[in-house]
Amino acid sequence: MSIPIKIYPPKPAKVYLYVTCLVNHFSPNTGMDALAMLEREGIEVIVITEQTCCGQPAYNAGFIEQSMQVAQSQIALFPLPIPIVILSGSCGGMMRKHYPTLLVNHPTVQAFSQRLYEFSEFLLHVCQVKLHDQGTTTNITLHTSCSGRREMGIHNTGMKLLSQLKQVTVVEHEYSQECCGFGGTFSVKQAEISAAMVEDKSIHLSRSNCDSFVSTDWGCLLNINGALQYQKSSLRGEHLATFLNKRVSNTEKAQ
Amino acid sequence: MAMEPAFFKKNAREALKDQILRKNFRGAMDFLRLKRSAMFPDPEYFEELSAYGESIKQKALLQLPDLLQQLEHNCQRNGIQVWWAEDATEANQHILRIINENNGNKVVKGKSMVSEETGLNDFLLGQNIECIETDMGEYIVQQSGEHPSHIIMPAIHKNVQQIASLFKKIMPDTAYTEDVDTLIRMARDEMRDHFFHADVGITGVNFAVASTGTLCLVENEGNGRMSTTVPRVHIAMMGIEKVVADLSDIPYLLELLTKSATGQAISTYFNMISSPRKKDETDGPEQVHLVLVDNGRSQAYADKELRTTLQCIRCGACMNHCPVYTRIGGHAYGTVYPGPIGKIISPHLLGLESTKDLPTASSLCGACEEVCPVKIPIPKILHRLRVEANKAPGAAPVMRGQGSSRTKTEVRIWQIWSYTCVHPRLYHVVSRLIAVFGFLVPLLKSPWKINRAMPVPATKSFMSQYVRKKP
Repeated sequence: MSIPIKIYPPKPAKVYLYVTCLVNHFSPNTGMDALAMLEREGIEVIVITEQTCCGQPAYNAGFIEQSMQVAQSQIALFPLPIPIVILSGSCGGMMRKHYPTLLVNHPTVQAFSQRLYEFSEFLLHVCQVKLHDQGTTTNITLHTSCSGRREMGIHNTGMKLLSQLKQVTVVEHEYSQECCGFGGTFSVKQAEISAAMVEDKSIHLSRSNCDSFVSTDWGCLLNINGALQYQKSSLRGEHLATFLNKRVSNTEKAQ
Repeated sequence: MAMEPAFFKKNAREALKDQILRKNFRGAMDFLRLKRSAMFPDPEYFEELSAYGESIKQKALLQLPDLLQQLEHNCQRNGIQVWWAEDATEANQHILRIINENNGNKVVKGKSMVSEETGLNDFLLGQNIECIETDMGEYIVQQSGEHPSHIIMPAIHKNVQQIASLFKKIMPDTAYTEDVDTLIRMARDEMRDHFFHADVGITGVNFAVASTGTLCLVENEGNGRMSTTVPRVHIAMMGIEKVVADLSDIPYLLELLTKSATGQAISTYFNMISSPRKKDETDGPEQVHLVLVDNGRSQAYADKELRTTLQCIRCGACMNHCPVYTRIGGHAYGTVYPGPIGKIISPHLLGLESTKDLPTASSLCGACEEVCPVKIPIPKILHRLRVEANKAPGAAPVMRGQGSSRTKTEVRIWQIWSYTCVHPRLYHVVSRLIAVFGFLVPLLKSPWKINRAMPVPATKSFMSQYVRKKP
């Protein structure tokens, strides 16, 4: 599976932010933190409030027609030729990799998919961000979503951003490349298998003895945090945007 | 556990509860993954080699009918008799006829997954023909009345203690031992006699070379060479997708196969069978037969996207890297081929009616595609099969059993979901309802709650917090 080499443009003046339905409903703070991080880079961020969902749930369930309608409606919402920054490797994979095959004859689908960037990828490669760590010493571990890793090829970007933070030690957990078991409808259609996978993932994350973990996808985070909460563990994961924003904006010290 | 894919969910539940089984698989898969990665230290090398492997198989598939005829012609020229079987029954009948023509009543078998597809062992047993598996893993599963749980390592679900107990049971005169070398010696001593008294040897084929009529057989134990040379008659069975154009294709595929399968630079034995014993030769079988088996492969072949399934060289790397297979093992699938490749090939062999749950048993994590030595886009094919399984009645026929998963309820759910997502105002009303009544979510009945707390939606969504003018 080769991911085409992406040529990154210079830092733009404006971007669209696609927050995803999970961030919108379950972690609005992630959206706010991403907004802050992008604005810190001097970029004007446009949030189209009509955005809904990328269409992935129906797509993965095998309902092409329904996901096509949703995909078309989303493309129409982002007419300007500026980058779209998305807060999920999974929805990003859907929009970058699957939209062009889903909507083969759509006139602007190629251009749309090519100006789509996952958040950590955008910060690192387009903004070429330099992060100044304001936080205290901490150990964290990183869980990269499978679609981020394998469909977007962004498994290194989160790590590279974190490595810029001087007080943060990133520990690799056991089986770090293994899926957390979320998989959208998979977690319901094959609930027992999914449960076994997230149980193992939460154990591996816990064994890293880190203070917290970060991820670039709220799908994985809902799944893993749900398992940790069920186990009454104190470990929790947060989105990379939230973690980075905390580290660079000195809110930790203020607290 | 029922060897029926229709019982997949039940089987998976059972397997997940079996802690010994899970430990056996996790340990074995870890071992195989490490061995493979040691063989491909340079990802760019793997990328190049696998791209070449993919091109060899794609080129072969593009001219499959021609290559099969070439193979038949060149095998016959070499003195190998060729038989065509459209399905399992035809394949078994060919084999029975060949055995009967040679007055045979005892068969030794090398490893052949196609023979598992056709249920050959049980079929021959029903005809009073004794059939002994000689691959160590196959021997173990045959002796314990099971089927292979992995295509390369048939007995990988068993640990040493389980095998030691089995051997003590089937060889009561021997002492119980957990020493692996001793156990292997015991089984080999048993097999030796079978080799010398068998009338027919039956094996699979890893690659068949069309331009020369050569059958290639990869193995580690020497049982393949014994099965193909000691008995008077050798019958090779192969799925029609195993044919390649030229001998020059073989080194690349062989390297990809052994490195991906067992993490070996090359297998201990590599047999190239090109004819029966010739007049001036002192050993080898008097007859060699090749049975070409379709058994549903033509259905996959007919569709350009699904055809990529047939690129498979049966290395098993996809199972070794699959988080689902690692947890439930091979038997839960209820199919001859388990794991990711099993999920995409079985619907062609058996139809989607009984296999419709298999494509859903994946988080689409892509670990399989990443290691596939011939670049089969497994997640894409799994997705495609989900589409086929949910197709509306009356759609153009692509697959046996298409539309088997389709339920009115699920169709309705996705229609409502889609309608909501393309109508932002409605979507925001729903969003508000989710925010207001979100605290009730944990009360919902959901399989999610097996071992996860239900997520509680935020009381104010991002959009409602975001107050800024649009451009």
